Amino acid sequence: MEDEGQNDVSVASSSTVDCDLEEHRELNYLGLSDCSSAESYRLTSLSGDRKNDLNLKATELRLGLPGFQSPKREPNLHFVSSGKPDEKLLFPLLPLSQKSVVTGNKRGFSEVNDPIPKEGNWMFRASENEGPDSSNPGIKIKQSVGTAGAQSNLGNGIPSKQSKEHSLATSQNNASNNAPAAKAQVVGWPPVRSFRKNSLVSTSRNNEEVDGKLGAGALFIKVSMDGAPYLRKVDLHNYSTYQELSSALGKMFSCFIVGQCGSSGNLFKEMQTADSSKDLLHGSEYVLTYEDKDGDWMLVGDVPWNMFMNTCKKLKIMKGSDAIGLAPTAAEKSTRGY
Amino acid sequence: MAYSFPEEVLEHVFSFLHSDRDRNAVSLVCKSWYEIDRWSRRRVFIGNCYAISPRAVIRRFPEVRSIKIKGKPHFADFNLVPDGWGGYVFPWITAMASSYPWLEEIHLKRMVVTNACLELIAKSFKNFRVLVLSTCEGFSTDGLASIAANCRNLRELDLRDSEVDDLSGHWLSHFPDSYTSLVSLNISCLGSEVSFSALERLVSRCPNLRSLSLNRAVPIDRIACLLRQAPQLVELGTGAYNAELRPDVFSSLSGAFSCLKELRSLSGFWDAVPAYIPAVYSVCSGITSLNLSYTTMQNPDLTKLVSQCPNLQQLWVLDYIEDCGLEAVAASCKDLRELRVFPSDPYEEDEFDIALTERGLVSVSEGCTNLQSVLYFCRQMSNAALISIAQNRPNLTRFRLCIIEPRSPDYLTLQPLDAGFGAIVEHCKGLRRLSLSGLLTDRVFEYIGTHAKKLEMLSVAFAGESDLGLHLVLSGCESLRKLEIRDCPFGDKALLANAEKLETMRSLWMSSCSVSFGACKLLCRRMPRLNVEVIDETSEVAESRPESFTVQKLYIYRSVAGPRLDMPDYVLSMGEESPDLIG
Repeated sequence: MEDEGQNDVSVASSSTVDCDLEEHRELNYLGLSDCSSAESYRLTSLSGDRKNDLNLKATELRLGLPGFQSPKREPNLHFVSSGKPDEKLLFPLLPLSQKSVVTGNKRGFSEVNDPIPKEGNWMFRASENEGPDSSNPGIKIKQSVGTAGAQSNLGNGIPSKQSKEHSLATSQNNASNNAPAAKAQVVGWPPVRSFRKNSLVSTSRNNEEVDGKLGAGALFIKVSMDGAPYLRKVDLHNYSTYQELSSALGKMFSCFIVGQCGSSGNLFKEMQTADSSKDLLHGSEYVLTYEDKDGDWMLVGDVPWNMFMNTCKKLKIMKGSDAIGLAPTAAEKSTRGY
Repeated sequence: MAYSFPEEVLEHVFSFLHSDRDRNAVSLVCKSWYEIDRWSRRRVFIGNCYAISPRAVIRRFPEVRSIKIKGKPHFADFNLVPDGWGGYVFPWITAMASSYPWLEEIHLKRMVVTNACLELIAKSFKNFRVLVLSTCEGFSTDGLASIAANCRNLRELDLRDSEVDDLSGHWLSHFPDSYTSLVSLNISCLGSEVSFSALERLVSRCPNLRSLSLNRAVPIDRIACLLRQAPQLVELGTGAYNAELRPDVFSSLSGAFSCLKELRSLSGFWDAVPAYIPAVYSVCSGITSLNLSYTTMQNPDLTKLVSQCPNLQQLWVLDYIEDCGLEAVAASCKDLRELRVFPSDPYEEDEFDIALTERGLVSVSEGCTNLQSVLYFCRQMSNAALISIAQNRPNLTRFRLCIIEPRSPDYLTLQPLDAGFGAIVEHCKGLRRLSLSGLLTDRVFEYIGTHAKKLEMLSVAFAGESDLGLHLVLSGCESLRKLEIRDCPFGDKALLANAEKLETMRSLWMSSCSVSFGACKLLCRRMPRLNVEVIDETSEVAESRPESFTVQKLYIYRSVAGPRLDMPDYVLSMGEESPDLIG
């Protein structure tokens, strides 16, 4: 090994971009090395069963539908778990068509595993309802990437159609569960210090353990709106009536309703100048809906305010036409879901 | 030397040199200068507590008054270093207790400090003045009680970000009534409530108090009376900043703030309720430092507050500030020098959550011409934005970007972000610190190795394609002192080819890379003044690991003290002569 080192020194000194040190490892996009080094890792630290788990779990398709439980990752499997972040989020805002036409990048593997953006989840699920799965966008994309020959490194990489359907079936069964489990987290990533994380977690928001905890702290609820590029959070503790909430939301989302946000820098100014006495939601074509603890979407305003605060998990401003079919009263809870 | 200055004159001249590097350079000129510097050096900085033994420091610098020591590697902040790894300060305290009776200041970072250490400090140094424990752990409030009770000349007690075993708030009452010298107190990391009356009495009898950072447990309605006792405050960290809006509390608070004519720095604001924020408006025009990274306050209140601080130099904030808020900052805070934007929900799953993108950072880079230091968490980035930032702000000295999803490409072109970071290192010629994220090939390391000649610290995660990347950095970055790497395909070849480089650096951390056990041993054999430590938490016994075994975590640092003796069993030092190791 000593000799190898000497040779490397001379090679390295004439470095050009394309000059690889000898026998540098081919690595696919995920940072997983070729079989030999992966094997040596496995040999020393894992049992035989987990050897298979390494690849299958890493490649298992996850759609992230509500209620679908992502399998937890071993925190010690740095090498693999870090190589497989939740690929669903790797291209968060890209429409389906862009993803299927990727060339020149060693990214085929994640393409295959992440064929469906979030919107696509809903579409796909709808087609599931209709009957046996005939149109499978995921498989289509896999084929198109496959012909480009973009990936072939991981033998176990391609998820089978069966495993995908199985995932869906599971998720459908779990549809009535609470919000999906946290995505598998890489140890120490993102690099946020623990005191900072603790400081935030205890103040606010719904997390897996505590749903909208009441108390001295804030009660943050996410508010989304059809067509808005991002969602907001409101602290329900700041309001004591539906009217207050409605007018506050109207102010928050007024720029989208009016249709003029100007440049992003003017958002703040827009809100300041919006007529605060005018409740933009009331009497407009929008309705306010919320998702309750059971995962059902209801119209806001039927239950007493305190009960609403206890059960509301998410708010959504929908176009009135989309809200047709939502139960007008809590007594007739809709099973339409989403 | 007939025409040399008398020692006293040289000593006086040296007293104007404040940087350690200058003093180190001076000490190398000749033997007599070495001796003069030795005896007159009052401040010592130990960047790695294991690089040298306490006795060696004391031997060389017998008259030290202030010492700063750092322990664990930086990645310990993100739970990558297991408990019990080391960084114990006790050996330093015991050595200094007998040799530095006039020690005045101890600054520690990422070290394990026990109550016994604190008691020893309290009893050994009669003129002790400053204790700063930054990101330390291992002690409880009982240890603080010893400090409070015994350090009659204490000026500064700063516990920033430390993990304290918080048994009760009673320790604060241990400051005797005769104690009046407090200048700076930072207890923001403590959880439990301190006795408010003790705090109030302490504040009222210490006329030199300049900096007070309270903890969350101090309620908003108590702040006003504290502030009235200390109108000379320059830095204030509030406690929890929420309550039902009561006009009397609000006006009292507002009045108290308006008396703080010297206030320059504000922090705290846990759980801030927007209704109470206007109480601080009267001080905003003088504020140079604002830390809102613990407050969940959102726009428009958040932006409104920040925009009222035209003299702001340092802003720490959560991503609730959003792009629009940062545009307002760019327009109002023309003297901004440091910006840190932290993620409010690092594990958020929703794809469109916070309206903070690369555009916010670009705006600030355009509008704030004095911007030097950036730490920015976001979810998307583009090469175009990075190039823009680099061209706008060639005066950047610290640039740390964390795109939350590992290996995210340029969201517009789907390309790696090599070109963007390349522009940063090419334009920002004075760049000293850089953290990379996003999709990066070996090319980015070529840019860094070629251009980042002043770079001292580099953090790399989920990047690169081959050993070439590591090699380009180690062979190109002349000023590199600290390199920390996680989850990159870097291995033996680059490491061994640049072994000598490692001794010019303070330390190298590599975790979840591709370095083999055998290479570590070889490196250690070749470089006797490097400590090569392998961290391995699997249950296998060391002797049975083959040469090809890929190490989990690797920490290499230069040392003149030899392998350390306080390693836990999961840390293996490659330096030991262990004939029973295979290979």
